[in-house]
Formats: sequence, structure tokens, C-alpha cells
Amino acid sequence: MLIVLKLKAAAIGAAVIAPLLAASLAPPAASTVDGTVSLPASSFSYRTAGDFSRDGKPVAAPLRNIHPAGDLAIMKSQVTAAAYAQCMADGACPRVTMPAGSLDVPVVGVSWHDANAYAAWISRKTGIPHRLPTDEEWTFAAAEKARDEALPLVDPADPALAWIARYDAEAARGRPAVAKPQPTGSFGINSKGLADVAGNVWEWTSTCFVRVSLDAGTERITNTNCGVRVVEGAHRTYMTDFVRDPRTGGCAAGVPPANLGFRLVVENRWPAIALFERAIGRFRRS
Amino acid sequence: MGAAVAAMMAAAPAAFADDLKLPRERVDLVAPPFVHPHEQATKSGPKIVEFKLTVREKEVVIDDAGTKFQAMTFNGSMPGPMMVLHEGDYMELTLVNPATNTMPHNIDLHAATGGLGGGALTHVNPGEQTVLRWKATRPGVFVYHCAPEGMIPWHVVSGMHGTVMVLPRDGLKDRDGKPLHYDRIYYIGENDLYVPKDENGKYKTYESPGESYADTMEVMRKLIPTHEVFEGRVGALTGKNALTAKVGETVMIVHSQANRDTRPHLIGGHGDYVWETGKFNNPPERDLETWFIRGGSAGAALYTFREPGIYAYVNHNLIEAVELGATAHIKVEGKWNDDLMKSIVPAAPIPPDKIGAAKPVDAVIAR
Repeated sequence: MLIVLKLKAAAIGAAVIAPLLAASLAPPAASTVDGTVSLPASSFSYRTAGDFSRDGKPVAAPLRNIHPAGDLAIMKSQVTAAAYAQCMADGACPRVTMPAGSLDVPVVGVSWHDANAYAAWISRKTGIPHRLPTDEEWTFAAAEKARDEALPLVDPADPALAWIARYDAEAARGRPAVAKPQPTGSFGINSKGLADVAGNVWEWTSTCFVRVSLDAGTERITNTNCGVRVVEGAHRTYMTDFVRDPRTGGCAAGVPPANLGFRLVVENRWPAIALFERAIGRFRRS
Repeated sequence: MGAAVAAMMAAAPAAFADDLKLPRERVDLVAPPFVHPHEQATKSGPKIVEFKLTVREKEVVIDDAGTKFQAMTFNGSMPGPMMVLHEGDYMELTLVNPATNTMPHNIDLHAATGGLGGGALTHVNPGEQTVLRWKATRPGVFVYHCAPEGMIPWHVVSGMHGTVMVLPRDGLKDRDGKPLHYDRIYYIGENDLYVPKDENGKYKTYESPGESYADTMEVMRKLIPTHEVFEGRVGALTGKNALTAKVGETVMIVHSQANRDTRPHLIGGHGDYVWETGKFNNPPERDLETWFIRGGSAGAALYTFREPGIYAYVNHNLIEAVELGATAHIKVEGKWNDDLMKSIVPAAPIPPDKIGAAKPVDAVIAR
């Protein structure tokens, strides 16, 4: 309960305080913007998102060890309905359905475009660049809450085996006990201090869907589809960017994300430096 | 009026009249999608087959969002269990309406002849039971449903429907008289549901069927279901509940819809032999892609699985299948047959000036 109250104060304060901070603090500083946590760089393992194949047969995506090049400043909590409502009121965010009760819950029913509109608005309002995390960044911040779902190892010559195995894995997924968004903080704090990771709200990332060939020992992206983005939460999935209300059905059995929301990464640096860093790649891969 | 007709037509005192001097068999019913054990063809003579259906009014959950629904059921399942007998047999049906229920109920069996299909003779109030005997004169799959005066559609769309299968004594045959068999049988009952919403668009819940009546009738009158489901709820036959089969097995799928038209389709498969109207004296059609089940009827399809994988069995009004719930999955294990299907060029960049499968790998590299 204490946490909830504190966050509420933080949410109200953020919009007012942030511009002051941006103007007064010298970069690069740790955890400067209220409502964010600054995560010191440390190595983590990451299963690359996308469809991987070798010789035309689906294979598990490679598991990498990642060494972030710098610290990551990310919102402690998912963007709330109250915060998104302000953006809507400013005419900068597309209208989405607001909860009937308290607005101190994550905003849900938002598409990737809605999330980006919010990021652009809050960046303008605060003078600090905000953006969606990449899937790598999300996985780093989610820490023990990130779920690694590799394809099961089956005979690649029989397409039905992998298909059935995937179906069974998807069918075995649990469904959140409640679908309705809960007050911020309801799903606990992870080891890196983030609230509600992998609760009942899935989060948009900026990572595009890729198809990757591992033929002849080299990794080659054969297709990048940025109309589909990686969505993270209790399980990873891929979602068309205009979807607000995910669903499954037809030939798939999977449990769809209960809700789509987001949290943002804060560029805790002068924008020019941040742009430069992004240009050269925020993460160095091993 | 039902009671009056029943009194007029009741031939004998309530004692179990054994005027037929036929052997008897008592059948324990099982809930769908399964069917009680039965002979596909029989060498024995006609008999009296005893079944018991108990009406259960109960709250059920009809989707993954946890929407609660005041259901009325035969034996607690939506649809009620399938009852199988052979042409020339007699069904002796005991219909029980426990005192814990709130409403009178009855049963109209489309397979039966006379007495409104039994509806006129079987009105039971809470705390009553009745026994009806009828002769199975026509082979086929037939709907049964509750049909209380003034409330028929409401009882039916609340879950009170099921299926009777009357098999020919010498079994199923194709159009040339060649015998047909099945290794498994699945029974799918499709149900259109009309759940009222409150002013915020949330589904309303009620304490009893009676309290839901007025609101539900209002939704029903608009004829657009809020849910269209197999076995009473969205996802009843998918994921962990998916049906199973093996390559080489012949599966009989009986599909009933007591109220509304539907059009089953097996994605990735076919209907090898389909009795679209469900009546076995008509030759089955061959190799169908989609078949039509008229509201108020049941149909039957035989299919031998040839390829492993996940099959979706849907109402091919795909809005009803995907958005409203009318989807089942069949998980089929076995060995993949490359002759029937093979991925020649998996998804890859479009090669320049290249059509077809000839040296596709070279073409990709040439870029």
C-alpha cells in the first residue's frame, strides 16, 4: 500500500519536476527523472526474438550473452491510465477506453502507435527523450521475470512434431488470475526494482519481428517486418502494431496477452549524446 | 395443456409396463465430446434401451473472461449427452427434474414419432420424474431439446439440447453399400448464447435463470449471439482440452445445433463421408470441404486422418469461429507424409526473376 501511494505521488510529480531536472542536471546522471530506476550495466543472457531457421527448418533462436554499453534508465512502473489521460487531454495521444474506476492502473488497450504517441508527448513535455525499450532492454530490466521459451528440440524433418510441441507449450501457459488491470504495484517488484513486470499487462517494445537464417554458420536477417513488434510479459509474443486488444483463436491455442500496455526508457543524457549512442548501438554483442 | 394431454395419452398406470417382452439394456451416459460405448452394427434383435436424463439448472462459465451464465442442462453438460441405439430398438427414457430446480422442463426428441416428439408427455415440475418409451424407426443423428410452452427458445439456447444417434442395425454404409466404420467418435454440440450486458458493456450476472429471463429475451430477439460455442464454452475443445486422434484413424464427428444454422469445416482436412442432414438412409456425400447443419438438426461426418498436426474444426462463419468461440482443435499424431504436403521453399526474400521451385537456394544466394 505504501508503494502504491508513493507511486501515485511520483506520477503526479513527474510532469512538473521533470522539466526542471532536465534543465538543471548535468548529464550523464544516475536515476534523475522521478519514476524511473537506473540500472547499472551488467551481463545477462538473451534469447533473440524472431523466427530462426537452419536449412529451411525452424530452430531455437541463439542464446547470447549481452554486455550493455551503459546504464539503463527505465520507468519503474507501467504508464498509468492517469498519465495517458493527460496526453489524450492535450490532444497528443489517440483516444483509448479509460477504466471506469481509479486511473491509478496501467493504461491498457493501447497499440504500439499509441505508446509511441505518448513517448513523443512526454518527451516534448519534459524535454527528456523517452522511448519504448528494445526487447533486449526489456529483458535486461525484467531480469528473473523474463521468460525464455526456446522451441523444443524435435526431429526437424517432421514439421508436425515441432508444430504439436509448440501447440502444447502454448496451451500449457497459465492465464492471469484476473484480466482487469490492477493498481500499480499489485504484481510486486522484481530484483531490479521494477514494478508489475510480467503481471497481467504485456508491454510493447520497439523491436521489429525478424526472420533469420543460420545457414552455413552465418546469421543473416532475411526479412524485417516492423509492422509486427515484440511484446513482452509473462510470455513473449509478436503483435501487429495497430492491435489494442489482443486475441487468439482460429488455428492457434495460445493464451493471448491479457492486456497491452507499456513503460518507457528514459534517455538520461543530452539528446544529442543519446542519439549518437543509439546510432552506434546501445548494446555491444558478444 | 401439456399435463392434460399427458393424462389423456398415458396408456397405463405409472407401473413399468413390460408389454414388449424384449431384452433390456441400461446405458450410463457420458458427457460430450465423448459418447457412451456402443456397437456400430449389431447382430442381436431389438431391445429396450434405458437412459436417464436429469435436468440441472446451474451457473456455468462460458468464456476465458469468466463470464457467468445461468444454464439449463440435461445431465449438467451443454449439450446434453448423446444417446445411441439401433433402428428398431425402443428408448425408455427417465426424465428427472430435481426439487432443487426452479422450473418445469420436458423433452422433445426429433427422432421420436408423435406426441410432439415426447414433449407433450414429459412435462415434469421440480421434484417430479417421468418415463417415456419411444421406438427408433429412422436411422440418423437427431437433436433433442427441452420444449416448455412459451419458453422453448430460451430453454434451448440456455443449454437444453442434445443428440440421439440411431444406427442402422447392420451399421453405416457408403453409397455402394460398402460398410463404414469409425475408430473414434466425437460429439460436438454448438450453442448460440445471448448474454445481456449492462450500461458499461459488461456482461451481467444473475442469481437464477428466472432473473435472467427478461434481459436475455431482449438480446435473443435481436438474433445476434454474444457467444457461439462448442460444448458450452469458448475453448472447451482447444488447448489442453483439444481432441486427439492418430494418423490412419477414422473419426466420426457428430455435430448438432438445436437452434441456429452452422457450417462445420475441418481446416487441413475434409469430410470423407458426410451425412449432411444426418439421416443414414441417405447415401453419404464424398470429399466435402464444408457441410451445412441446419438449425434444429444434427449431421455426421467421417474422416480418416492422413497427416499429423493441429487441425481446427470450426464453424466456417469465421467470425463466429474466432470472435464468438465456435472452434475446436484436433491434435493428430503420426508420421508426416511429404507426398501430401511439403514446404519446398520456406519463407525467404523474393528472388529476382524467379518463379517456381527450380534451384530456389541458388536463386537466393545469387542476390
